Amino acid sequence: MSLWEYANPARFMRLTERMLPVLGALAVLTVLMGVIWGFFFTPDDYKQGSTAKILYIHVPSATMAVSAWFMMLAGSLIWLVRRHHVSALAAKAAAPVGMVLTLIGLVTGAIWGQPMWGTWWAWDPRLTSFLILFLFYLGYIALWEAIEDPDTAADLTSVLCIVGSVFAVLSRYAVNFWNQGLHQGASLSLDEKENVSDVFWIPLVIAIVGFGLMFATLVLVRTRTEIRLRRASALMSRQRRA
Amino acid sequence: MKALLIRDLTLAFRAGGGFGLALAFFLLVAVIVPLGVGPLTEILGRIAPGILWVGALLACLLSLDRMFALDYEDGSLDLLATSPMPMEGVVGVKALAHWLVTGLPLTALSPLLGLMLNLPGPGYPWLILSLLLGTPALSIIGAFGAALVVGVKRGGLLLSLLVLPLYLPTLIFGAEVVRRGALGLPVQTPLLLLAAITAGSLGLLPYAAAAAIRICLR
Repeated sequence: MSLWEYANPARFMRLTERMLPVLGALAVLTVLMGVIWGFFFTPDDYKQGSTAKILYIHVPSATMAVSAWFMMLAGSLIWLVRRHHVSALAAKAAAPVGMVLTLIGLVTGAIWGQPMWGTWWAWDPRLTSFLILFLFYLGYIALWEAIEDPDTAADLTSVLCIVGSVFAVLSRYAVNFWNQGLHQGASLSLDEKENVSDVFWIPLVIAIVGFGLMFATLVLVRTRTEIRLRRASALMSRQRRA
Repeated sequence: MKALLIRDLTLAFRAGGGFGLALAFFLLVAVIVPLGVGPLTEILGRIAPGILWVGALLACLLSLDRMFALDYEDGSLDLLATSPMPMEGVVGVKALAHWLVTGLPLTALSPLLGLMLNLPGPGYPWLILSLLLGTPALSIIGAFGAALVVGVKRGGLLLSLLVLPLYLPTLIFGAEVVRRGALGLPVQTPLLLLAAITAGSLGLLPYAAAAAIRICLR
């Protein structure tokens, strides 16, 4: 048994068909649990009041927005090295999901920032690098859309994803250099003493896990759609030739 | 390689090649901004480093889409691909030609535009140095973007969407060098980082761009 067996689209479809209901149910359950716990069963922050509760959407979506790009990078590398179509299609499927998560992170941040910082938007390093990440998603999706031949598109977007990752990381540190931020630093790290209190931490971690499961579900559904689309276009072109 | 460079330069200098277009665009940016933000010299002086760098970046972007597309359409890119010269070398020469007709003249013109935008005195050497160091990175990153969209019909707009995010680190450090230089602050850190980006891009991106062209020609 090796993981690569699921690079076979038929096997992948069979496995995901069985997995999806469970995964989807788990995702709904954990997202609801994390968000409802966070919204209704945590005390108000002593300074920010109940505005801080947007945290339970803001942080998970932002975390997953970055993770989604890394998943696309992994998918692109696997496609370039091993030429498994499922991998390329999964990267393609993840991009819009990641883009929407980035947008959710930006919008919830703006809504949170208005009462707390007194502004919807500031050219803070984290905010700016998220906006840049959004642009990278846009470019990646646009390149997929622009090229007709699916294999060429997969190759070129993979190259773009790899180069883009380097430049995205570079931008992340460049904007740090460029401006000091309003955004708070990390307070969820596993290796630091000063972290957010457990009362907030537990529902937040549940929400992050939930968003992760939700991302996985959405990507699997979209990958299945892409595989079916590919199959349909192959059938149609065969019919045209016959 | 030399022959290819000379050919590209000749094509650029002849009518419709786009030489001077980038320069004119750069000049236009420097004219438009004071008209937009008002003629107050202290404001202009403060934003001059950013304006000059943004202008140079957009001017570089302007002529990118013809870097490989014209050769792709008339088939000379196929010939170049079958020639003994490696594709990485072709990309390098193309980027060099692009730099010679945009980056270098832009750098030469920039002090004049700095004068028009009231850039403070100590900023001039840093403006020239940062553009000289940074524009090669703009050309080679642009070559990578142009290689990605070489097979796409009318890929100009897509090209800007792909290339501009890649330009951001260069822009940040380049403009920072000039800003600090103009205020008389130490410029060593951003200058070294800018040089690092250029060196890294020149070393690695030709491979990525050549890979993209090979994929497009397949």
